[in-house]
Amino acid sequence: MNTPDIAPGRLAADEIEKNFADLHPPLSKSQALIAADRCYFCFAAPCTAACPTGIDIPRFIQSIRSGDIEGAAYAILSENIMGGMCARVCPTEVLCEEACVRNTHEEKPVDIGLLQRYAIDPVIDAGTQLFPRVEASGKRVAVVGGGPAGLSCAHRLAWLGHEVTIFSRDGKLGGLNEYGIAAYKTVDDFAQREVAYILAIGGIEVRTGAGLGRDLSLAKLCREFDAVFLAVGLAGVNRLGLESEDLPGVIDAVRYIAELRQAPDKAQLPVGRRVVVIGGGMTAIDVAVQCKRLGAEDVTIVYRRAREQMGASRFEQDLAQTSGVRIRDWARPVRLVGKEFVTRVEFEHTREGPDRKPEGTGETFAMNADVVFKAIGQEIAWNELGAASAILRVADGRIAVDARRKTSLDNVWAGGDCVAGGKDLTVTAVQDGKLAAQAIDEYLKSGG
Amino acid sequence: MNKPGNGAIELASEFLGIRSPNPFWLASAPPTDKAYNVNRAFEAGWGGVVWKTLGEDPPIVNVSGPRYGAIHSNDRRVIGFNNVELITDRPLRSNLDEIRQVKRDWPDRAVVVSVMLPMNREVWAKYVPMIEDTGADALELNFGCPHGMSERGMGSAVGQVPEYIQQATEWCKSVARVPVVIKLTPNVTSILGPAKAAKEGGADAVSLINTVNSIMRVDYDTLTMYPATDGMGSHGGYCGPAVKPIALHMVAEIARNPATRGLPISGIGGVTDWRDAVDFLALGASNVQVCTAAMVYGFRIIDDLTSGLSHFLRDKGMKSVKDLIGRAVPSVTDWQYLNLNYVVKARINQDLCIQCGRCHIVCEDASHQAITHTVDGQRRFEVIDEECVGCNLCVSVCPVVDCITMEHLTSGFDARTGRPIDDRKADWTTHPSNPMRRPA
Repeated sequence: MNTPDIAPGRLAADEIEKNFADLHPPLSKSQALIAADRCYFCFAAPCTAACPTGIDIPRFIQSIRSGDIEGAAYAILSENIMGGMCARVCPTEVLCEEACVRNTHEEKPVDIGLLQRYAIDPVIDAGTQLFPRVEASGKRVAVVGGGPAGLSCAHRLAWLGHEVTIFSRDGKLGGLNEYGIAAYKTVDDFAQREVAYILAIGGIEVRTGAGLGRDLSLAKLCREFDAVFLAVGLAGVNRLGLESEDLPGVIDAVRYIAELRQAPDKAQLPVGRRVVVIGGGMTAIDVAVQCKRLGAEDVTIVYRRAREQMGASRFEQDLAQTSGVRIRDWARPVRLVGKEFVTRVEFEHTREGPDRKPEGTGETFAMNADVVFKAIGQEIAWNELGAASAILRVADGRIAVDARRKTSLDNVWAGGDCVAGGKDLTVTAVQDGKLAAQAIDEYLKSGG
Repeated sequence: MNKPGNGAIELASEFLGIRSPNPFWLASAPPTDKAYNVNRAFEAGWGGVVWKTLGEDPPIVNVSGPRYGAIHSNDRRVIGFNNVELITDRPLRSNLDEIRQVKRDWPDRAVVVSVMLPMNREVWAKYVPMIEDTGADALELNFGCPHGMSERGMGSAVGQVPEYIQQATEWCKSVARVPVVIKLTPNVTSILGPAKAAKEGGADAVSLINTVNSIMRVDYDTLTMYPATDGMGSHGGYCGPAVKPIALHMVAEIARNPATRGLPISGIGGVTDWRDAVDFLALGASNVQVCTAAMVYGFRIIDDLTSGLSHFLRDKGMKSVKDLIGRAVPSVTDWQYLNLNYVVKARINQDLCIQCGRCHIVCEDASHQAITHTVDGQRRFEVIDEECVGCNLCVSVCPVVDCITMEHLTSGFDARTGRPIDDRKADWTTHPSNPMRRPA
């Protein structure tokens, strides 16, 4: 065999379309009212405490109950301007819905995510602007990065009366909402519609194709703007550290997902027949499930620890398995085999070592593969940050920030996946942007 | 028809000597307007019907706009219901012929005929014999409908004036051979005046309540009242589960008041399941009438009514419906006779608590700040005896069955007042703060 078995159109176009339809279709009005009726309107609600952005969930559900959908949307968006995307992609089963007291009562939480989507979609669809900008401050803030953290920060700053310029490396804003995340979680170009809604507040200038280190430097931004917010994400992909890692067929999962998200026709996307995914996070699940739904014959996720330790939630794991993806835990790759392209991966079984890290048992096994996806995490692309990397304090390989998302530099804040201590979720990135914007606003109003 | 299950009690019922296989009658209303519906009801197992109100010929006309409006829970359960339908709009002869046939076909069921006539003795003398001639078991005089007919001096326009009730009852009784039941309107300040008037006019029984004056809501688009006919609406009669407590109070007042005690009562108002029937029977009604539940769910609800009541009677060791009638009446009294030495405190079962905090927030905002939200840094809801007045608000709002209960203190001190628990009864009539107190 001289060519790898990687080909587009493994399934009929209509089958692919069906496979990539909305994972959780929106609630009808009747469904929303019934779901809303299940909310107990808890005091100091545990769901709100579990929401990284602190949305007053019983409050917005009460508004759905009463038919004041715009009031519900305001309650959500005032805490989380990406409430629409979070309603689709949040792992609610480990956040708000895990905390719902209905779990204790009857092991079934209120459908908070779906209700949130029910409240937000009409506002985005109609473009209803809920946040009139306050009096102009005359202050200018640079936001580096157009993902959830950057957009959240920019919107809040614009709302508070400041002028914002977003510098985006990518051609489109939205970050992982646009280039990551499984397609069936955000259909109908929602990511771009949400970006358009956010920008429509006014006062936000967007410069695309502009990344730190390329055309601009942090020092220059600090001079030209009153404050800077860094939300550069994790543009670098962790390497397996194996020989032959650059063989054709060994692919960064994030890159493939981005191609898939941007593909005008998914039936034209090349898909491997036998796919091996290495990793245990959301990216691993997203790439595995999407390959399966594109028609890959055999998809296996291999993870070096126990399933319970996977970064992907139980719901995501179940989704993978019901989609036909196999999950093997306690194994790590030790060799990539192939001459012109990868054909096989050799794994070693692992177990928990004395330092709780996985260690090899010495037993090996091999899997044939046409494609091997690396999904073992990302890191800041320090090389792309230019001189900024030298002057920022770093913790755990990411930018160090305080509780209000301020970096070690005077007028520089940071948030999203690029800062230390985050959870790498859209919702936490939005919260970072919000907190930083509030801190920047105070700084600017106190004469900064 | 549903047969009672294992060991269940037969529900055979007697009201004014009228026998029916169970105490559940359909009230005079749309479900009893025609033989077609009544036959279906009897096939389903209903014990009796009160035929929809007959009036003088020519028959009235109804609006062709909406007749009904509802208050819903969010999952569209009907909680309250109202209507502007008038009495039967069919010719008297059609009704009389059908009543005669139905009674002949269903001799074991109660067939009572509701009647509404103007305040005119000759009219009563003319129509009552015609109706009796059908073989109906009794007459029920509709002095209750609050809409439409009341504008013409009938229905609740009669029921709101005790003198009219007594007069019309006397006219009817002077020509009637079958028992006469007076159906009362709740749209009065006290039900005792109308009930006494009915009794003094010679009524054999009263039935209550008829519907309550009501406007359901406005139309939020047009800002006109809803429902409306051509942009205009008229108040309707309110019924359904929401009115049951009003009805129970009025039934109990008649049952316990010396002037009306002993007057047979047919209980009406929001009966939906068998427990509602237990309420009415225990508070003094001898049977119950049902309308809204049948309109909302269909006649098949009779199966739950009979099965549930029968099992309840069995579990209570009762031999018949009769054993239940009036059982709770002695427990209804005036506020001034409530035992002020009786102390209860809320108790929260921590194993059942789901941590919603509803009890805390209502006690905090609306009552006596007697429930914690945090104990030792943990989310935890506990009753503070020093503040708890035993008001039952927490019990009322807790979503978990039996999670919060009220404990009766029988010894020691009331932590709130610091006073020892006194097991002697002491009420307002002898309370030191009462300027009109009697010596204890």
